[in-house]
Amino acid sequence: MRWPEQGRNDARRRHPATVRRLTRGQSFPAAKARYPVAKDIRQEDAFPMDFDFSDDQKFLKTEARKFLDARCPVGVVRGVLDNSGKSYDEGLWKAVAEQGWLGAAIPEEFGGLGLGGIDLCAIAEELGRALAPIPFSSTVYFLAEALMLAGSQAQKARWLPKIAAGEVIGCFATTERPGTLTDAQVQARVENGRLTGVKIPVTDGDVADLAVVLARESGRTGIYLVELAGAGVERETLQTLDPTRGVARLTFTGAAAERLGEAGEGLSLAEAVLNRAAVLLAFEQVGGADRALEMAKAYALERYAFGRQIGSYQAIKHKLADIYIKNELARSNAYFGAWALDAGAGELPVAAAAARVAACEAFWFAAKENIQTHGGMGFTWDVDCHLFYRRAQQLGLVAGGAKAWKERLVSQLERRNAA
Amino acid sequence: MDFNDTAEEAAYRAQVRAWLEANAPRSVATSTDPLEDSTDLKAARAWQRKKAEAGYACITWPKAWGGGGGASWQSVIFGQEEAKFPNPGNPFAIGLGMCVPTVMTAGNDADKERFVKPAVLGEEIWCQLFSEPSGGSDAAAARTRAVLDGDTWTINGQKVWTSGAHYSDFGLLLARTDPDVPKHKGLTMFWIDMKDPAVEVRPIHQMSGASNFNEVYFTDLKIKDSQRVGGVGEGWRVALITLMNERLSVGGGGSGSGHARVLKLASDISTLAGPAAKDAGLREKIADWFVQAEGLKYTTFRTMTALSRGQTPGPESSIGKVVSASLMQDMANTALELEDQFGIISDPAMAPLAAAFQSALMGAPGMRIAGGTDEILRNIIAERVLGLPQDVRLDKVVAFKDIPSGR
Repeated sequence: MRWPEQGRNDARRRHPATVRRLTRGQSFPAAKARYPVAKDIRQEDAFPMDFDFSDDQKFLKTEARKFLDARCPVGVVRGVLDNSGKSYDEGLWKAVAEQGWLGAAIPEEFGGLGLGGIDLCAIAEELGRALAPIPFSSTVYFLAEALMLAGSQAQKARWLPKIAAGEVIGCFATTERPGTLTDAQVQARVENGRLTGVKIPVTDGDVADLAVVLARESGRTGIYLVELAGAGVERETLQTLDPTRGVARLTFTGAAAERLGEAGEGLSLAEAVLNRAAVLLAFEQVGGADRALEMAKAYALERYAFGRQIGSYQAIKHKLADIYIKNELARSNAYFGAWALDAGAGELPVAAAAARVAACEAFWFAAKENIQTHGGMGFTWDVDCHLFYRRAQQLGLVAGGAKAWKERLVSQLERRNAA
Repeated sequence: MDFNDTAEEAAYRAQVRAWLEANAPRSVATSTDPLEDSTDLKAARAWQRKKAEAGYACITWPKAWGGGGGASWQSVIFGQEEAKFPNPGNPFAIGLGMCVPTVMTAGNDADKERFVKPAVLGEEIWCQLFSEPSGGSDAAAARTRAVLDGDTWTINGQKVWTSGAHYSDFGLLLARTDPDVPKHKGLTMFWIDMKDPAVEVRPIHQMSGASNFNEVYFTDLKIKDSQRVGGVGEGWRVALITLMNERLSVGGGGSGSGHARVLKLASDISTLAGPAAKDAGLREKIADWFVQAEGLKYTTFRTMTALSRGQTPGPESSIGKVVSASLMQDMANTALELEDQFGIISDPAMAPLAAAFQSALMGAPGMRIAGGTDEILRNIIAERVLGLPQDVRLDKVVAFKDIPSGR
């Protein structure tokens, strides 16, 4: 995908400084061989109708897949699933930090790689494929994006380098009760820089260092940074559908809180963060959905019934074709979302909602029909189908469910049609 | 894709736009039925000639063949810009998209010399004579017989679902030349003159009321052996060239504006629970349709990207029709439900939006069948994209004449 030539993107073009970053710590060995080959950017731009990952992004994706194949086999995911005391894999988290992925989209002045949103999407797809049990989305799509959107220079300088280095885990604490997040739902209050209230469920809230919290101050909503190691913070780990990701209830009693952005901007900032996160999560969902399809296909080829591979029956073939169709529709919508995200385009609210709706549908469908294709084996703990089924639900709800996003999408379309 | 044209693309787009502004037809007869044949042949021929003379017909074909000698991205941009103008219909699509490329690949030099340029100029129209009553999805089951005597073939049999046969000049005919070998090995391809008195074209009256498909009957049609396209018994291999060209032709984005039309309709309608446009169930459906239509549009962009990079498009382009046909049917049905009792009225003068949804409802079943049924397309995705096994086949190893058939 190519983005329009805008000033803010120029710094993200790969250049020697980026090469140094990418090869830091020899964690990206092949990058060294590749990136210094003076890539003629104009040549890349000469490709018309560029609606796909660039060669560099494909390379990044391939390297990410190899890395995750080696470092995040399904045993790592099960290691978190089967250990109730563990809510993420610390070794994988450290390794991902060493890869530089946490700071992929963070500007170089704040210790990141200064790559574009599309590069981050490429990484997200691979993390989704691998069902990576780490607080990546909370830290990168929510905390880092919120800081980059609304943080002051001082706030960015304080936190972004730590995020890029893997020293800070983030979380995004907005919701307080069942149902779509609305202004009326926000009961948490800030007075004189002190936060009081309860946020539930907060993904990665059990292990996070720094929370972005939606709360009300003098009647107006805002988003606030809260250090969770400080006084007045209690956390309780919750039982959830997807134990490969940690989730907590956070109870704040006069915890120190620092506002991000302006008072009264809370919901619109939260929405802006959610729009960006929705695109990135869509890539994780597309990655997961594609892998669920691969599993179903592999089983349909190896399993025999009535003397034939079950994949030779149209009941199975058409089911898998339908998964493929939904996955491709989701991928195409996600690509447009990636473009809008990276370009900071006005289309982002529509693009993000479409990406999210399509991705939720695709991963849900692929995950449930993967179990169905596996028959009774698919319903066992030992076969991996349920890991995808669980993650499909986790990703499908973590940034607000599809139902709410459909409503947002149609509202946006009404606005657009009226304009 | 205005949003990311390069300088080169933008310049070409501007040039195309200026030319279209100066030359494109301003108004044409239109139909709301997507399967209705509203082609005004004279206007269509005039427009095709104008494009060909300016190098905008068959943009990617060599100039020597009457094409534009251009790149596929130019063809894509021209298509996008042309779509913004009234379209007199395209009776040349089957010829230029499938039949003529087959002649160019498998035909002899004399045929290429004879047929390519007139087709590009819109002087001659082609139809494709593959499907038969014995095999719509199963095109290799063709029974139309071709028997050789000296250097003359005699053709007897029947084709069906032939789009445009009634106005075509030539046809690409798949015929059975040897029933004693397995089905795929006994076929041969020919071109025929559709105006020959031994060729009878009968229109098929469609459920939508329109007639743009035909039955075509051959009664002792005599053709020269020089009209053979490819070798004797190689007809299926040649047919695959035709069908591959069909798959490579880039389609449009599908029912892109349908959601907006349903929203507009809903804004004028009340339900027991208040304005229809605020109905949560409807809004969810609209979101789903939008996502599908956008997904198809961007999937087409991905295909174009592959073409523009000189790569073969990925298999993702195979999802287009299977999604858009059902999308159209579902949307039409929901829109009629919204209209409630009024929905039964199909008179464009009285029904909302000039009965667009009523027409779509009646055209949609055809969309789900024509050019590969939903079921065949899912088989194709499962087999060619996902690599799943073919169904158990009873017809591949026995002589064609011994294959069981319904009649």
